[in-house]
Amino acid sequence: MNLDFSDDQKFLQSEAKKFLEKEESVKRSRGVLEGSESFDSDLWQKIIELGWTGIRIPEEYEGLGLGHLELCVIAEELGRHLAPVPFSSSVYLFTEALIKYGSEELKKEILPKLVTGEVVGTIAVTEDFLAPTNNNIKTEVSDELISGTKIAVPDCEAATHSIIVCKSSNGIDLRLIDLSCKEVSINQVENIDGSRGHYSIEMKQTPSALIGDEGNGWILYESVINQAAVLFSFEQIGGSQAALDMAVNYANERYAFGKPIGSYQGIKHKLADMYVALTLAKSNSYYAAWALSSESSDLPVAAATARVSATKAYELCSKENIQTHGGNGFTWEYDCHLFYKRSKLLSLNIGSLANWKEKLVSNLEQSNIN
Amino acid sequence: MDFKDTPEQAKFRKTCREWLEKNAKLKTGVEKNEFANIDFLQVAKDWQKKKYDAGWAMLHWPKEFGGIGASAIERIIWAEEESKFNVPKGIFEIGLGMAGPVMMEYATDEQKARYLPAMAEGKEIWCQLFSEPSAGSDVAGLRSKAVKDGDNWIINGQKVWTSGAHFSDYGILVVRHDPNLEKHKGMTFFFLDMKSPGIEIKPIKQITGGSSFNEVYFTDVVIPDSQRLGDVGDGWKVAITTLMNERLAVGDANGADVEDAFRWAKKQDDSGEPLINNKSVRSSIADWYCEANGLKNTKLRTMSALSRGETPGPEASITKIVSANKLQNIGAFGMDSLDMAGMLKTDDPEIQSFQNAWLGAPGLRIAGGTDEILKNIIAERVLGLPQDARADKGMPYKDIPSGNS
Repeated sequence: MNLDFSDDQKFLQSEAKKFLEKEESVKRSRGVLEGSESFDSDLWQKIIELGWTGIRIPEEYEGLGLGHLELCVIAEELGRHLAPVPFSSSVYLFTEALIKYGSEELKKEILPKLVTGEVVGTIAVTEDFLAPTNNNIKTEVSDELISGTKIAVPDCEAATHSIIVCKSSNGIDLRLIDLSCKEVSINQVENIDGSRGHYSIEMKQTPSALIGDEGNGWILYESVINQAAVLFSFEQIGGSQAALDMAVNYANERYAFGKPIGSYQGIKHKLADMYVALTLAKSNSYYAAWALSSESSDLPVAAATARVSATKAYELCSKENIQTHGGNGFTWEYDCHLFYKRSKLLSLNIGSLANWKEKLVSNLEQSNIN
Repeated sequence: MDFKDTPEQAKFRKTCREWLEKNAKLKTGVEKNEFANIDFLQVAKDWQKKKYDAGWAMLHWPKEFGGIGASAIERIIWAEEESKFNVPKGIFEIGLGMAGPVMMEYATDEQKARYLPAMAEGKEIWCQLFSEPSAGSDVAGLRSKAVKDGDNWIINGQKVWTSGAHFSDYGILVVRHDPNLEKHKGMTFFFLDMKSPGIEIKPIKQITGGSSFNEVYFTDVVIPDSQRLGDVGDGWKVAITTLMNERLAVGDANGADVEDAFRWAKKQDDSGEPLINNKSVRSSIADWYCEANGLKNTKLRTMSALSRGETPGPEASITKIVSANKLQNIGAFGMDSLDMAGMLKTDDPEIQSFQNAWLGAPGLRIAGGTDEILKNIIAERVLGLPQDARADKGMPYKDIPSGNS
């Protein structure tokens, strides 16, 4: 019985933590929010140099050839430090989709470049102000050429390529496009968490390459986000822990009525509730990490369980962190809002809480827990 | 990460399993109350004796007291396997879980030899006499008195919420020997014969209609000084040992869980459609599933630490808060799903399990540390927040205001 990371994985995590602390990642996140760039290119470059973008890429494609568990511990630290980089889009989604479903030719061409940072990827699915489903995708492909508009695509400033979820004559396809080609226009769209830029992508007869089987794209997309959900959960528990730590520190230091506010049960019990939610999320994420790394058939249920718990934990921890800070928590100057906004970004990216609850229950119905 | 037992653990699990298969019946999912209308106490004693004879009763105890010196991880493996079988529960947990460890730590060798094996065997049942009418969460505010009289102590006062006092042979007791000292310093700890003259036990009727705990009155009850556990004035320190064990012993709330709610939602029709098609029901099932599995996986993390020989982190402290509240919500869901008929008593074991959950959960949210006390403990011991304000700090016990109680 060992539902824990290995000593090597824990070492990797503590090195990642030290690195992100030294680089003042949270401060950089604020820098991006207040500046004109939509990600921190210097931090991103350093992350590439550390090899993190190639963690899961097999050695034959010049990556590190490590497993998902290594990616999980990195994700937790990126979340804790609000890293303003396109890691989730490029690594959890784009790279994982290519590893899993890319043709040998595409893998040979793209994977080594993901390791070096020459290629950065994202995935575009949403088209309107509602949840994307296999029935409401309008972007169309015909003769390999895609036309349509995607909105709310994260990290396009950094990205060189995108996977497009689009409609073909046989159903839904996953297709790769080069964002620099002239048949694509990209526009930044203002979003609530300005530390991670969002864009619209307009495609007019844009050349594309198929990923996976034609017409089977929605199932592939679901399987990619099931995997990514585990990694998102780790970012979310990292962020939850940071928000809880902030609240605990403030509750110890801030005095009211002659005592630290953390000695009053109104605050104490709030913080205990945050700890409870975080512990449930963490334990469920550990189990999902196991399911992911061992390719267990339990992954869809385990991933949705981790995702739902981690989304709930981060929402609770980030909002109650503001509450614990009182008026200060509502100011631009304090960091509380950075976590609040990131928690919402992470909870909506790859689908909302309601959607993941629905996925969890449908999967339970299918796997028939009784 | 992996979920495999080590070869030794697998072998141990197989041994547990084989013995259980020979001696008990596997749970089927929906259990009829097989133990209704029979002498439950005798059935429980028989089961305990059977386990004792095979070494399973208190397997982590040393051999001389009836254990097999099992490790923490083996103890968990046994508990996991035993929980898959339909066996009588609820009689010995307090004695074995709380009185046992205290006796092990503070009793003399002769006393240990005399009492521990009989406790493990189920021949003698023990209860715990701590709470008082005016000392619940603030149990150190207790006022039952002990007055020294030669080699004896004379006890007067009242205890309350004493589970199983009516069928117990012995009890552990904490009382005040000096009201002039600060409240935590003026207490002393004893064990006593529950058949001693001057003890009167009155069952308390609970909101479930049943009576599993009691008021216990002491009128000039004599306890020999040789039955004192710890020094005079060390009562609080000794009590803390048992309270820590209590939180582990109470732990997970038994009763209707997410699997039961899910099974029920799939078959129960509400205006012609299964409840599981209702969005709010689906949302609740998702929440309970996350809570139930969060607890299960938290336990696996604790076991992982134990199987490496490490001290587990504080994560198990969330168990009772989460499971008792989940139980209450699942109970309410099952009853609500029946609309008006949800109030009716019935022989249907599934409906009964929701009603029992709903009626029993309020007790679980209080027993062994209320939700509020447990949140204080998490905040103070895990998160490192300052202690609550204590208006009675440093005051002699006799000067502490106590309202009208």
